[in-house]
Amino acid sequence: MQTSFTPEQLRDPDIAESNRILRTCVHCGMCTATCPTFLLLGDELDSPRGRIYLIKDMLESGRPATEEVVRHVDRCLSCLSCMTTCPSGVNYMHLVDHARTYIEDTYARPWPDRAMRRLLAFLLPSVWRFRVALIGASLARPLARLIPGRSATAERLRAMLRLAPAHVPGPSAMERPGVFRAQGPRKGRVALLVGCAQQVLAPSINEATIRLFTRMGYDVVVRREQGCCGALTHHMGMRAAAMRAARANILAWHDEITREGLDAILINASGCGTTVKDYGHMFRQEPEAAAAAAVSALALDVTEALWRFGYRPTREPPGLTVAYHSACSLQHGQKVTAEPVALLRRAGFAVATPKDAHLCCGSAGTYNILQPVIAGRLRARKLAALEALKPDLIAAGNIGCLTQLSGGAVPTVHTIELLDWMAGGPQPAAGGAARGA
Amino acid sequence: MIRQPEPKPEVLSRRDEIVAALRALVPPHPLSGESVIADPLRLKPYETDGLSAYRQPPLAVVLPSTTDEVASVLRFCHANGVRVVPRGAGTSLSGGALPMADSVVIGLMRMNRILEVDFDNRLAVVEAGVTNIGITRAVEERGFFYAPDPSSQLACMIGGNVMMNSGGAHCLKYGVTANNLLGLTFVTIEGEVLRLGGAHLDAAGYDWLGLVTGSEGQLGVVTEVTVRILRGPEGARAMLAAFGSVEAAGRAVDAIIGSGIIPVALEFMDRPCIHACEAFAHAGYPLDAEAMLIIEVEGSVAEQDELLARIRDICAPLNPTSMKIAESAEQSAAIWKGRKGAFGAIGRISPDYLCMDGTIPTSELPGVLTRIGEMSRRYGLAVANVFHAGDGNLHPLIMFDANDPDSLRRAEAFGAEILKLCVEVGGCLTGEHGVGVEKRDLMGVQFTARELDQQRAIKSAFDPGWLLNPSKVFPLAQAAG
Ligand SMILES: Cc1cc2nc3c(=O)[nH]c(=O)nc-3n(C[C@H](O)[C@H](O)[C@H](O)COP(=O)(O)OP(=O)(O)OC[C@H]3O[C@@H](n4cnc5c(N)ncnc54)[C@H](O)[C@@H]3O)c2cc1C
Ligand code: SF4
Ligand code: SF4
Repeated sequence: MQTSFTPEQLRDPDIAESNRILRTCVHCGMCTATCPTFLLLGDELDSPRGRIYLIKDMLESGRPATEEVVRHVDRCLSCLSCMTTCPSGVNYMHLVDHARTYIEDTYARPWPDRAMRRLLAFLLPSVWRFRVALIGASLARPLARLIPGRSATAERLRAMLRLAPAHVPGPSAMERPGVFRAQGPRKGRVALLVGCAQQVLAPSINEATIRLFTRMGYDVVVRREQGCCGALTHHMGMRAAAMRAARANILAWHDEITREGLDAILINASGCGTTVKDYGHMFRQEPEAAAAAAVSALALDVTEALWRFGYRPTREPPGLTVAYHSACSLQHGQKVTAEPVALLRRAGFAVATPKDAHLCCGSAGTYNILQPVIAGRLRARKLAALEALKPDLIAAGNIGCLTQLSGGAVPTVHTIELLDWMAGGPQPAAGGAARGA
Repeated sequence: MIRQPEPKPEVLSRRDEIVAALRALVPPHPLSGESVIADPLRLKPYETDGLSAYRQPPLAVVLPSTTDEVASVLRFCHANGVRVVPRGAGTSLSGGALPMADSVVIGLMRMNRILEVDFDNRLAVVEAGVTNIGITRAVEERGFFYAPDPSSQLACMIGGNVMMNSGGAHCLKYGVTANNLLGLTFVTIEGEVLRLGGAHLDAAGYDWLGLVTGSEGQLGVVTEVTVRILRGPEGARAMLAAFGSVEAAGRAVDAIIGSGIIPVALEFMDRPCIHACEAFAHAGYPLDAEAMLIIEVEGSVAEQDELLARIRDICAPLNPTSMKIAESAEQSAAIWKGRKGAFGAIGRISPDYLCMDGTIPTSELPGVLTRIGEMSRRYGLAVANVFHAGDGNLHPLIMFDANDPDSLRRAEAFGAEILKLCVEVGGCLTGEHGVGVEKRDLMGVQFTARELDQQRAIKSAFDPGWLLNPSKVFPLAQAAG
């Protein structure tokens, strides 16, 4: 596609990159069809091709972002379904990341919007702040119905309370920094991103991961310095905060790589995985470029690692049907599609996949809070497709999706908890619920 | 830049009033909060379609959700002399959905409901904004499918397919859109809602359906479509036959068709295309070949085996560098994913392309390919060839750089020369992508002045004021005749 950047503009490496991406797009329109927002809203402006065009125009003009453009970029889930579909290989992810930073830098959001974003950026990436907030929210859950009004802010507040769990689990002893030693002969050494929000919402996921990998003969390292991967702020365009979070992880893991060596950096929240795998790109202009690239090269989703390390179940097949929901960050962001299903089958589950599996469930980081109406529609659609499979359980590899899809008729569980269970771990709470049902 | 008719000053000056009227006619969408777009910034993404070299933002875009809303918009535009450009998915490769500065674009993408599926009578009634693949998705659980399969089938909409009379790889056996169409709900520029064909077959006997199909948005707006659905074949298998030269592959096509075998699909790709598509689809295409054919046969396993063996024997004397038969449904799917992504995949090797769409008798294939190769050298522009070889429908993709105006000019001249060559060897200007703006000025090469006058008379009968998608199809100078 034609672009019209000036030579001065192209001297900015970010613009030069976006120009390269835009020039790969041939405006064929294939991507529109698999975009969840185009499907729901039926306007090219809410499709990938339309957004690419709006972003192109915004960057070319060099003028501050306007409300009209922001509206359509904000509605983008960053689900990256468009990247799976695009035959041209357009890197929409890097383009929209650039656009979001540009918007954050040049556009003054109305204050309720600004305040909400700052609040999320303040709470979510911090384990203790988020825990305190969540306990507050869980107590306030019954109040959701009482929030008056139909304003965007009211919708968002209600969405936030609705997403809060009824019970907030206590901190887990297993996630403290340190090295969890391999059981039996040591086969290797891996680092684990214990993350931020997930730790608070579902500590059982990290616990299952550590149990399973140590049982398989791997030392699991949890570094003190690591924390939020940076994705939450990155997707809100808050570049500095995202880079700060990412830098801490890069330095910690790089230190580990150079000292004792690592076979993999495990990520069990695929939303984070997409970002960690992109560190190399995010830091390409920074002094930490080489370290970041090394970290990205080692980053693996837990299911990728289990597949490579030769996962074997030890228990008898449980006779349960699992509806597997492929998180967008796994299927579109990282193109990890076969491993989770193959592993669940190897573990003895009957696995079914829903119609329109390529469509997002609406979770998308903070999207279900910032765009609750669209997110609610996508959730309903996804739950209907999953429940049509008449499963005992819904499994997914991303905490965001699990939270979004919980509260339906079928219990939700992280893939790793099922795999750990079948390899000798405890039965996940959801497994029990399914059996009782 | 393509020439457009002069915008009407009386329309441009009433812009705000027209927008307000449209807003009153079409209520805001419950989720997006709007149905009329009129700010200059957000009109830009609607300025072009699949042929992005040509661009012009419209006066406004309106996104109706019902036939009644479409009718009321048309009635208003008719009463006020406002030009209208219907738009489906905007994948036209001939600039069919290119707006004019004083036009209102009517986007049909919100009309995406499946209205009725009748398996007993093998038909489906869908709204115009349902995608081509969406029809198959709605009926495949019972083993049915909708046959015409343009490569853009994931995105393009059935209303657009009807208006372009689109074809696809499998049309060799199943025919194009026209052969699979039963009825239409069709709104005239006066806002009258007509039902053509279908359950209300016109008693007077004129084939209105045939007249409207392929009319490129010039006669009215389609809101609902009744199509024939077919039961899927017992089985199908694709085969890749690779050759050391483009000409050898061309001769193989001619030999297969000449033998009387009709495969369900017979597709051709040359080296640049093979490489670009393989990078996208990882289908195991032969990267050392100069050209490759995808040949698909259908039927029982025994029938497939027999046909594939005969095709092998026909290809053998032409020294294929390899012949490979898909071993699984996944392999077949990957082979088709590459082929159907072919145009987009060119984006990997060139920033822009012009996609040509002439047809020729298959016997002329080897010679025409040689001539295209010569032109490519003369114009200094690379070309990738991918096309429906079985019915002689060529799609040379001329690669150029839109950031270099001279490159676009050369690409246009190159394209025109290819199309003239098609007519010269006994073929025609367009196989399936329509005339649009792209080929309108070449219509004189194909048709006599009298023939064009007759076509214009039909347009005038439906749309006396030439408000519907003007500046397309007919050479501009004489358009409003
Ligand atoms: C990658 C790619 C591959 C393609 N492959 C093929 C192929 O294999 N075979 C093929 O035939 N074509 C192919 N095409 C061309 C294109 O997809 C078809 O012409 C398609 O039918 C256009 O449908 P659309 O919904 O995008 O219509 P648009 O592009 O939006 O419009 C096409 C024309 O129809 C009119 N129109 C659209 N909807 C309506 C309506 N409801 N009522 C009245 N007029 C309407 C428009 O005004 C315009 O003139 C391809 C295009 C691309 C980008
Ligand atoms: S599919 Fe790719 S090349 Fe085509 S319009 Fe979308 S982003 Fe552009
Ligand atoms: S990332 Fe998802 S929501 Fe955003 S444009 Fe792509 S497909 Fe649409």
